[in-house]
Parts: sequence; C-alpha cells; structure tokens
Amino acid sequence: MSKPGTGSGLISELDWEKPRIRWGTRTLQALLLVGLVVIGLGPILWLAKSAITPTLDTITHPMALFPHGAAWSNLSQAWNDVHVGRYFWNTVVIAFGSWAAQIIVATTGGFALSVLRPRYAPIIKGLLLATLFVPVIVLLVPLYIEVVHLPIVHKSLIDSYWALWLPYSASAFNVILVTRFFDNLPREIFEAAEIDGAGPLQLFWRIVLPMSKPILGVVSVFAILASWKDFLWPSLVLSNPNRQPLGVRLPAIQLQTSVGVFLAAMFIACLVPIAGFLIFQRSFLGGTGLGGAIKG
Amino acid sequence: MTLTTVDQAREPALPSKRGLSRSYARPRRTPLNWVRGGGLAAFLFLLPLLFVFGAFSWYPIVRTAIMAFQHTNLVEAPTWVGFQNFAAVWHDPLFPVAVRNTAYFAFLALIFGYPIPLVAAVLMSEVRKRRGLYSVLAFLPVVIPPVVGVLLWKTFYDASSLGVFNTILHWVGLGPYPWLQSQQWAMPSLVLYSTWANAGATIIIYLAALIGVNPELYEAASVDGAGLLRKVWHITLPQIRGVLLVTLILQIIGTAQVFLEPYLFTDGGPVHSTLTVMLLIYNYAFGNSLGGNYGMATALSLMLAGFLVVFSLVYLRATRSWSTR
Repeated sequence: MSKPGTGSGLISELDWEKPRIRWGTRTLQALLLVGLVVIGLGPILWLAKSAITPTLDTITHPMALFPHGAAWSNLSQAWNDVHVGRYFWNTVVIAFGSWAAQIIVATTGGFALSVLRPRYAPIIKGLLLATLFVPVIVLLVPLYIEVVHLPIVHKSLIDSYWALWLPYSASAFNVILVTRFFDNLPREIFEAAEIDGAGPLQLFWRIVLPMSKPILGVVSVFAILASWKDFLWPSLVLSNPNRQPLGVRLPAIQLQTSVGVFLAAMFIACLVPIAGFLIFQRSFLGGTGLGGAIKG
Repeated sequence: MTLTTVDQAREPALPSKRGLSRSYARPRRTPLNWVRGGGLAAFLFLLPLLFVFGAFSWYPIVRTAIMAFQHTNLVEAPTWVGFQNFAAVWHDPLFPVAVRNTAYFAFLALIFGYPIPLVAAVLMSEVRKRRGLYSVLAFLPVVIPPVVGVLLWKTFYDASSLGVFNTILHWVGLGPYPWLQSQQWAMPSLVLYSTWANAGATIIIYLAALIGVNPELYEAASVDGAGLLRKVWHITLPQIRGVLLVTLILQIIGTAQVFLEPYLFTDGGPVHSTLTVMLLIYNYAFGNSLGGNYGMATALSLMLAGFLVVFSLVYLRATRSWSTR
C-alpha cells in the first residue's frame, strides 16, 4: 500500500517535479473528477431535484432548475397516497431478516468448518465452492417451484418473507468469506479457552464472534445492500402488492401516479443505500465483497 | 499409499493449525465418543448451513437437471420427455435471436465496460490528495438499486425532444435520438446504462490492484529510462494481469445472464431486438402469453449454465500460463 499523499509509484517523485508531467497528470485527473461528478453524481442529483419539482416542469423542462418553485408535496404524496411508506417498511423487514439469516448461517457454518473441523468438513467445503461455479440462473425455476410447493411439509411460501430470507442465506460466498477469516484467527486462543473449560458454544459466542467484527461488518453491509437491490426474485415470490418491497412496486407505481410523485418514490428508494454507502464506505471500497458485483 | 503417510495426513505437523476436535487422541469410533469428541457439537453448528444449502441451493441445482428432461406443470405429476425440451428450445425461432442479442450485449459491455474503468483507475491511482472522493463518486452508481437506476435512465432516454438526454444533446446541436425505441439503438442504450451502473465496482477492484504494485518496479524502470506509457505497458498491466483476467471472465459470466435491463427498459423489444437468453428463460417460465413452460425454461438454463462452465474452464486453461507470475 502506498502512503497517503503519494501515488501508486507509477510516476516517480523525480518525474513529478517536472512541470509538464505534473500539470498534465493534474489536468487529466481534474477532467476525470468533473466526469465522475457529472456521470456518477449527476443522475442522482437530477433525481433529487425532480423529486421535489412539479410534474409539468419536469416534463416540459427536464433540465431547468425549479422554474416554478418546488413541490415538496411530491414526497408526502408518495409516502402516503401511493403507500411508499408501507413498501419501504416491507423493504426494511426483508433486509433485516435476510441480514439475520445470512449472519446466522455464515457464522455457525464458518465456525464448524474452520474451528471445529469435523471429518467431513472438506466435503462440505467442496460442495460450497462448487455452488460458486453454478450460474445463479440455474436456481431460478426449480427454486420458484419449490417455494410454491415445499416438498415434505407441503406448504407454499408464496407471499411469505421466508421465501426470501432462506434462499438469500444460502450464500456460499458469505460462508467462504467468514470461514477464511476464522481460519486466520490465532488457534492458541481457542486452545487456551478449551483448557479453561470452554465448550464449543462458549468458544463461538464469547471468543470467535467478538473477534470477528470486521468480517461481520462486511457481510452485514453486503447482505443488506443485496436484499435492498434485488428485484427478480421478490417480484416472483411476493404476489400480494401489500407484501412487496419498494423496488418491486416501482414499475407499478410509475403507471399509477404522476411523474413527480413517481420520481419522489424513486428518490426515497435509493436514500437508504446511498446513506449506508456513505457511512460504511470502508466496507465497500475495501474490495472484500466486490467479487460478485462485476458486470457490464 | 502406506499407513504412515495416511497417519501423517491425518495428523498434520503444525498443531496450531489443527481442528480442535482433532486435538484429542482418537479412540474407537462409537456414538458416545463421537459426542464426547465434539462431533455432535460440530454437526449442530453445521445444521443451519446444511438445511439452507440443501433445500435452497444443492437440491434446486439437481432439480434443474431433472426438470429439463421432464414435462412439469404445477398440477399433475411430472412426466419424462427425454430431450424434447431441449429440442423445443433449439427449434424456437427466438432462440438464435436471444443468443445473438446476448452475445451482442456482452460484446458491447466489454468494449465500453472493460477499458474505461482501467483508464480511470490508472489515473485515480496517481491522485495524491482526496483519492477517496474519486472512489466514492465512481462507486455511487453501484449502490443505487438497479430498479431505480433502470427506471431513472428510462426517463432520461425519453425519445421526444423533451427527454433529458435529448435536451442535453440539443444544447450541442445533436439529436433528437430515438434511444430505446429504435431497433438499432436500443441495445447500445442498455449497455450504456449497464456500464454506468457497474463500472464503479470494476474501478475499485483495479484501484486496489494498482496500489498493490510494488513501487520498486517502477523505480527500476525509471532508472532504465522508461517513460510513462512504457511503464504502464511493461509494468502496470503485466503486474495486474491476474486481476484483469478474473474481472474479464466474471464480466462475461455476468453479462451472459443480463435480465433486468432488457426486462424493465424494453421488455425485449422493439421487435425482439433486446431479447436476451435470460429474458427468454423468464418468458418461458413466467411470461404472460407462453408462461408455465418450466421444462423449456430449465432446459435453456441448463444450456446457458453448461456453456458458461465450459467457457470458464477453457478460459482458465487457456490463460493459465499467462496469469501465473
């Protein structure tokens, strides 16, 4: 890692003293910054502006800045009249449940595979790794049919949040991430605790979990964000509009209401992810959980 | 293998790396000893994992392979139909269209989405103050829920002269462009959005790799008189080639399964010009007009997955000598 205040070393300090290189690089970087502001921030700023702009202004002058004043009523209309408040709450419940389920599965599983290490642990690890190579698409249809009609118990999970929480928690990525982290914890501490008479449960709860806050933070942040962002699966298994999260409702909301109110609903839908990202920047930009996020 | 090697494998030389249940001398295997030795505890801790993966990952994967050879509706018991589902998909006139469109999407996404983040990341790696600000701005689109992103860009792509993009382009004397309403421009429009939505994640990965390059290599090159571009070409790119190769394959796997963009932007139109394989699978299974054909949907899923697995294996093999340092 390079120190703050220096670059990656590509441009040496000697070169940096040359005005041509220094100003050339700085100009390119300034252009990049302007580009990032326009491209990265621009659409979100436009959404924020339009969320409180009267519909007519947004339609006729999309790039004008409040030609006829602001319409704060868009936000309250979206929250109350098109029930964004309820859908928002659904999204929160779904995200919280998927977070809890993922943490439970990843930590207990990781603890067993890394610390307790039963004889058959390598087989389970192999099966987990194998699922990483199976494209997600393979799961879609059979998982849907399974949720419609659960085998053995003969129940349907349609419109139940368990249909989201349980499949989300089967994330091999989480388990492997947590197992790797546990692998690097110092064994001596476990052995000392065992000599002091700690059973597996105490070892898990009093020693391993408190030592694993960094990785639990990363898994939590990505679990909540992934659940907040998902569309296809919740739209398949939640057919009752009153149970659906905000993201799934947005296409329907667009058809029901005015442009201004719709854009206000969209703005509300991305507030939590943006706030979460700004607060937990380190977890996101640290690069740990990015492997699954690459596309396009 | 002799007995001693087996024992050595079972009792590794480093005691600190051993699992705890192994730190006991192993007596005869009886259920009681299994419980005392921690076997039961380990199994209980694994139960949540075994349950959710068994029920919601391993079982559905196996089920796909079975369903692809069956005729399934949710009312009657499934019947075996051999390769009929595969044949039906193969002879579906929309199948080659979807394959072609998906390949086109992946190709365009590669053209836009691969070099741009690399150039941005190289520039960002030389930012000496507030590099964090660059990273935050670049990553911001990645955290926007894709539904919001797509529906927002759908508004931007409004084909009338009052659309956001057409207004902006009008300032410089261009347009109006039809964007999503034209067979020719619909797919590039989808890719443009997709690049916006995902490039940030790639930039952050490249940035981490670039900052990890050993500065001494650059110093040595400077001593040898290498200029900036030569350093990028001969040191930076070779040093991060492992990351470049992984992001490339992950991006191809991701774009091959593109769904949300064609589904929400255009629903495959105009005239199937943005119908992708994933959307075709969705339509087979859940579409309004021809939905409920789970056999064809799983058959096509299996074909896509098989292609991706084979492609990845060939890719890893072909680039193996090149990616190891």
